[in-house]
Amino acid sequence: MIEQPIMVRIFDITKESPGVKTLFFKSKLNFEPGQFIMVWIPLLDEKPFTISYFQEELAGISVLKKGLFTNALHNMKKGDKLGIRGPYGRGFSIPKTLNSCVVGGGIGMASLATLTERLGNVTIVQGTKTASEIIYRERFKNMNICTEDGSIGFKGTTVDLFAELLKKQSFQRVYACGPEKMMYRIFELCNSRCIECEVSLDRYIKCGFGVCGQCDCSGQRICIDGPVFPSNELSNMKDFGKTLILKNGKRAYC
Amino acid sequence: MPKIDLSINLCNIKLANPTILASGILGTTKALLKRVVENGVGAVTIKSVSTEPREGHKNPTVITFEGGMLNAVGYSNPGVDAAAIEFASIEDVGAPVIASVIGTQKEDFVQVIKRLSKSKFSAIEIPLSCPHTPGFGMLAEQGTPQATFDITSAVRKVTKLPLFVKISPNIPEICTVAKAAEDAGADAITAVNSMGPGMVINIEAQKPVLSFKVGGVTGDALRPIAIRCVYDIYKAVKIPIIGVGGISTGRHAIEMIMAGASAIGIGTGIYYRGIDVFKKVCEEMTQWMQENGFYSINSIVGIAHD
Repeated sequence: MIEQPIMVRIFDITKESPGVKTLFFKSKLNFEPGQFIMVWIPLLDEKPFTISYFQEELAGISVLKKGLFTNALHNMKKGDKLGIRGPYGRGFSIPKTLNSCVVGGGIGMASLATLTERLGNVTIVQGTKTASEIIYRERFKNMNICTEDGSIGFKGTTVDLFAELLKKQSFQRVYACGPEKMMYRIFELCNSRCIECEVSLDRYIKCGFGVCGQCDCSGQRICIDGPVFPSNELSNMKDFGKTLILKNGKRAYC
Repeated sequence: MPKIDLSINLCNIKLANPTILASGILGTTKALLKRVVENGVGAVTIKSVSTEPREGHKNPTVITFEGGMLNAVGYSNPGVDAAAIEFASIEDVGAPVIASVIGTQKEDFVQVIKRLSKSKFSAIEIPLSCPHTPGFGMLAEQGTPQATFDITSAVRKVTKLPLFVKISPNIPEICTVAKAAEDAGADAITAVNSMGPGMVINIEAQKPVLSFKVGGVTGDALRPIAIRCVYDIYKAVKIPIIGVGGISTGRHAIEMIMAGASAIGIGTGIYYRGIDVFKKVCEEMTQWMQENGFYSINSIVGIAHD
C-alpha cells in the first residue's frame, strides 16, 4: 500500500456542539470501528482522527476545536479539500452476542460512535464537563449522560457513573475512549470485576504505519499495534495511564 | 552438514546475526528497542540524539511511494539529557545498542557522547549525511571529506567505543569520504544514509506532500545505489562496512554482504514486511546459505569482487 494522502472534498458539515463539528466526505475506505485516518491540510500539518460516521460511501470526522489544526478544520467550508490516508491501526473487536458498554469521555465518544452503531444493543455512557459539550444526542437516544458540573444527567465523571452502573448490572465487555486517566480507571474497575475491557489510546502520531517509533507506549506502537488495546495487553503496558511521548520525544505525564 | 552460523564479530562487538536496526526507525524508547530484539535483530541503533530537544519537521514527515519511502522527520529527539535517562539501563535490551549522535558542530557531537557515556552503548554512530535537516549532515556540509575527517577526529578523541561513520550516497567522491573517516579513526563505515532529497507532489492538492517539501529516499529505489556504494567503499577502505539501503529480504542481505558489507542495516524493511522483518531476513539468509553451501557470514563478505 502506498502511504500518501488522497484529496477528498468536504461534502457536508454539521455542528455537534459549540466546540465540535463533523466534516463529511465521500470515501470508499475499508474502515473498521476504532481505526483512524491521517488528515492533511497542505502546508499546515497532518493529524490523526477517528472516523465517527461511516455509512455507505460517506464518512465523517468529528473535530473538537483545540489548536491551530483543528481550528483550520473548523474554518473549512463545503467543497474545500482535505487529504486523507489510512485507515490505520487495529480497531475494536466486535463479538456477536455480548452484553457491552461503551464509555466515552469528551471527544473520545467520536471513537466509539461507529462501534456503538455496529454493536446495536449496547449501554452508552457519555461524560463531559458541561451540558453543551455532549455530542450525538439525537443519534444515540438512550445515552447515560454525566457532566462534571451536573448541568445535565448524573453529576460526576464517566468513571463515577460507570461505577454506579456496575452496582446494578454487569457487562461482558466494556469499550472506553477519553482522557487516559479516565480510561485507566475504567480499565481498573473492569479488571477488579473480571470484565474484558478495550481502550483506544491517543499519542502523537507521525508515520501512521509503524516505522517511526514516535507513538510508542511500552514497546507497543499506537498507530499499528493499537490504537485499541485489550485488558490483557494493557496490563503489560507500564506507560498506560502514566506517561506519553511528546512530539520531540520527551516523556510527559498523562 | 556443518551448522549455519549467522553470528558476526563487528569491531569486537558480538552480534547473533548481521541485521541491525537502522537509526531513525523505532529507536525512540528502550521498550521499542527490546521489542525489535524480540523480533530477531542482531543489534539496534537509537534514534539520533542532539544536545538540545528538537521537535523536528511538521507532519507529514514520512510517506511512501512506489519505490520506497520518503521521510523528513527532521531529527526530532528529546535531547541528550532525556535520552541519557531513557537509555540509562540498556544492558537488558538483549542485543548491542548503538548510539546515533548528531550535532551542528563537532563540539556538539563531543558533548552528546560525553553525556551518554554512563549508558552501556556498544558503539557510537555519527551520521554526517542527513539530506533534509538544516544545520545537520548534508545541509551543513558535514559530509565533505574534510568535515568528515574533522568531526570523526574530534569524536575519536573522546570515546573508546567502536565508532561508525554514516555516509551519504549522494556524493560522487564517496570513497574519499569513507577514506577520510577511516583516516580519522573510524572503526566502521555505515553506508548509506537516505538519498536525495526527493519530492512527492500531490497533484490534486498541487503541493509537495512532506511539510519540509523534500525528504530522504529509502527502500527499494535506494538498494541498487547502496549496493554500488558499498561495493566501491569495500575497495577503498580496510575497516568493515555496515550496508544499509533497501534491504528487506534475505536475498537483499546476501547481495549487500557480497558487495562488501560485514553487517546490514534495516529500516524501511519494517514498512515492507513488518517489525519481524529481522527474523524473516535471517531465516531467508539461512535457507539461501544452506542451499548454496555457505556456513558463515564471513565467507560471503565481498565475494562479488573480482
